[in-house]
Amino acid sequence: MTPQKAVIGLEIHIQVNTVRSKMFCTCSQDYRGAPPNTNVCPVCLGLPGSLPVPNREVIRKAIMLALALGSKVLDKVVFVRKHYFYPDLPKGYQISQHRGPGMAPIAVGGSLEIEGDSGPKRIRMRRIGVEEDPARITYPSGDPTRSSYSLIDYNRSGVPLIEVVTEPDLSSPKEARVFMEKLLELVDHLGISNPDLEGAFRVDVNISIEGGERVEVKNIGSLKDIEKAISYEVVRQRAVLAAGGKIQRETRHWDPVKGVTIVSRYKELEEEYRYFPDPDLPPIAITSSIVEEIASKMPELPWHRAERYVKIYGLTRYVSRVLVSRKRLSEFFEEVVKIYGDPRRVADLLINDFLGIVNERGGNLDMVKASPQSIAKLLSLMDQGVISVKIMKMILERVVLGGEDPEEIVVRENLKVIASDEELEELAEKVIKENPKAVEDAKKNPKAINYLVGQVMKLTRGRADPQKIAAIIRRKLSIGS
Amino acid sequence: MSLVNKQLRYVVEAVRDNREALSEYIYRLYERIERYEEKLKGFITLRPADTVIREALEANRLGKPLAGIPIAVKDNISTEGIRTTCASAILENYIPPYDATVVKRLREAGAVIIGKTNMDEFAMGSTTETSYFGPSRNPWDPSRVPGGSSGGSGVVVSAYMAPAALGSDTGGSVRNPAAYTGIFGYKPTYGGLSRYGLIAYASSLDQIGLMTRDSVDAALLLEYIAGEDPRDPTSLDLRVGGLFKEISSLGEGRDLPKARLVIVKEMWSGVEDHVFKTTMNAVDKLSSEGFEVEEVSVPEVSYALPAYYVIAFAEASSNLSRYGIPLYGLSKDPENTSWIDYYSEIRSKGFGKEVKRRIMLGSFILSAGYYEQYYIKALKVRRLLRDRLLPLLRRGYIASPTMPIQPPRLGEAIEDPLRLYAMDIETVIPNLIGSPAISLVAGFANSLPVGLQLIGPPLGDRDLLLIARTIEIIIGLSNLSPQMG
Ligand SMILES: [Zn+2]
Repeated sequence: MTPQKAVIGLEIHIQVNTVRSKMFCTCSQDYRGAPPNTNVCPVCLGLPGSLPVPNREVIRKAIMLALALGSKVLDKVVFVRKHYFYPDLPKGYQISQHRGPGMAPIAVGGSLEIEGDSGPKRIRMRRIGVEEDPARITYPSGDPTRSSYSLIDYNRSGVPLIEVVTEPDLSSPKEARVFMEKLLELVDHLGISNPDLEGAFRVDVNISIEGGERVEVKNIGSLKDIEKAISYEVVRQRAVLAAGGKIQRETRHWDPVKGVTIVSRYKELEEEYRYFPDPDLPPIAITSSIVEEIASKMPELPWHRAERYVKIYGLTRYVSRVLVSRKRLSEFFEEVVKIYGDPRRVADLLINDFLGIVNERGGNLDMVKASPQSIAKLLSLMDQGVISVKIMKMILERVVLGGEDPEEIVVRENLKVIASDEELEELAEKVIKENPKAVEDAKKNPKAINYLVGQVMKLTRGRADPQKIAAIIRRKLSIGS
Repeated sequence: MSLVNKQLRYVVEAVRDNREALSEYIYRLYERIERYEEKLKGFITLRPADTVIREALEANRLGKPLAGIPIAVKDNISTEGIRTTCASAILENYIPPYDATVVKRLREAGAVIIGKTNMDEFAMGSTTETSYFGPSRNPWDPSRVPGGSSGGSGVVVSAYMAPAALGSDTGGSVRNPAAYTGIFGYKPTYGGLSRYGLIAYASSLDQIGLMTRDSVDAALLLEYIAGEDPRDPTSLDLRVGGLFKEISSLGEGRDLPKARLVIVKEMWSGVEDHVFKTTMNAVDKLSSEGFEVEEVSVPEVSYALPAYYVIAFAEASSNLSRYGIPLYGLSKDPENTSWIDYYSEIRSKGFGKEVKRRIMLGSFILSAGYYEQYYIKALKVRRLLRDRLLPLLRRGYIASPTMPIQPPRLGEAIEDPLRLYAMDIETVIPNLIGSPAISLVAGFANSLPVGLQLIGPPLGDRDLLLIARTIEIIIGLSNLSPQMG
């Protein structure tokens, strides 16, 4: 029997961390690192009498995202209040957007094409809106059930979010992840959000298995966890159904530590949110000229960029896709190519060596201090035979993360490839004299020559081409390769 | 003669270059307060006389235009560093860290806050009896209510405890107490005064208003506090520059401007006899002085009150969701309590009966399934009223009694919500259509003042105040003194 099909829809909240201020006040949007409850004002604390003033830049960004997804931008922006009692919500309601009588989000419809489990697949959008982030609650032991108190930090309260709701068009955990990667790529390229910042996005997942009710898993904060939570939930629901049980409509939470979803204590059904248009915020008209103006300023979309790399630079699809996975990476790549040329060689270095260093440390490109010039210089140093590949790999980390100039490192630490054959001849001579045992071995077994090569390399402190040394030693010992 | 009985503009002139006169004036106000406040309960928070005098002298020394004049402020308008309770236990100890825009503008112009006035809890009421701090009483007859919800502001202006006060008006809360205490009440066009810092009751109806001894004082203060506010997206520019000068010169030899009064029959139908006669006499007098009077029927007016209450309750239930969070005074140790239980306990303890009633009705109105049936329908009525009334307001000013009945005795109205809500039948109309409106004294019945309400077109505040001044001059009943023991 084939397992029942999984039906998955996502509700994605992306922080607009590229603008100056919060959604409805002038406090900084960049709440990270500030001492608790210092990045606040009467508006984002929801103090009595305070009034929200919409951040129009965020609305423009949401319209841009809508246009990139082919959604229909509606002619007015209506903010609504979504009510629930929780201390992270200082007004007792969140200013958000919704569909219904007298309400309208930024845009409806549209789609994003992804590489699905069985070929290309269009994931349809239901709506795109903007809203404010609630405050952050922390528990001293990290777990609300084992903490005797909770701490509320309102620094995040009011940070702008774009909400993207998909139709339930995804069929597997992998598809959900692929979709999220592509969406995050898009918001990065559009200058809406840097997805690598901690807390830059959160996802609620709706999952059902044919024959069961819809279960919502709330507040998942990383790509890995989205995939894991869906996998867990699909297996759990199938097991319940297989055992003759029923899947209830319910809200669950993902516990990333235990790797399980847990049913929430309170039912959070939509009916209870008491949505209605916020009377403090008059609807904002979105004219076609505003939409056209935003469209005219739209940056190149990542998939168009990747296409260009294939066509103009002759890169493979895979390499192109990796390069556009982050806007900064593709921009960096293009800058290096501008200085150095040879896109394939640049792409190779960036994808294999450069990204290797970044990904080893979590993949956030913010850690990169290198300038495109320094990478171009590094490549040139190799071309000119000044440094070996080995030296390049040795100093790359300092160039990428430390922002050091490769030429300066090479000069300062005398890392130049030894140009003179005389020096290598001399060193080879010395090693052969000092290691009679190894010389004997090498004569018997040609592979054992590596030990002698290694000894010469050691004396040069890596400044030589090992193949060149091997050739010298072979000649001196009169052994064939 | 003491300055205490004078209108604000004369006091400002008298004290501008006379700091001794200023402290003497404030001292006299405190004498009145000492004498009458215990009985009338106009204030929730009265600032110490020496603080007020010190601030007043400083403003005066700096040559600010209002020269240190004290103003009373309704206790739902945020004042930095001065407790702002909304007459509710839940905010009993709340001290705002910021000034409402109108307060900020008043202070910048050289006014000084003398105290925060009593009101119905969260402005929910028409008698000032729902105050957690106890009811205010009417200076004209202390067995009666002073009206509400800005009852305290009406009391302190009427009883010469402050020359002017700020009130707020969601469905009549400025005009109702102005009518009952015999003073001038002005609710501007919706958005005409910034709502930033006004603690919300029903955001789409709320408007800060002025309560003064006459229309000229209102025009003077209006010039300092009007003007768009970037902190309030619903605020508008009333364009009242130079109004004070213009309104002050009315009646000085030149012919008074005349206007057409529109009598909407339905607004006169449920009105108490004495009130009807007194107000109609005033209209007749104006007619004999050259005002045109036109009678029309607008049956849709009968839907105004239910639509008003549906909208007000819905918005109130939302606006008051913020109370219960541990940010304000009333809180408890949340240990071993779920947040839902925590909120329930704080809100049960902190809100009074009328507030709870309105929150519950409002929550019901906004709940799924009823939202369209009630809220959306009420918005349609609102639009319908606007469509019917705005054309009339292009022809003239809608005139009606401000209140359909004379001030009830304490306890009479409060026990019967339907009777209480029906008191607002005349005053809710301008709030629903966003119009400016005033109440001034039309005459007396049973030795109590009776108010005439005049409604103008949205943004027609300037002309409305000029006509109000004309009427004051013709009727001759402004700056009244209640007989007090
Ligand atoms: Zn803020």
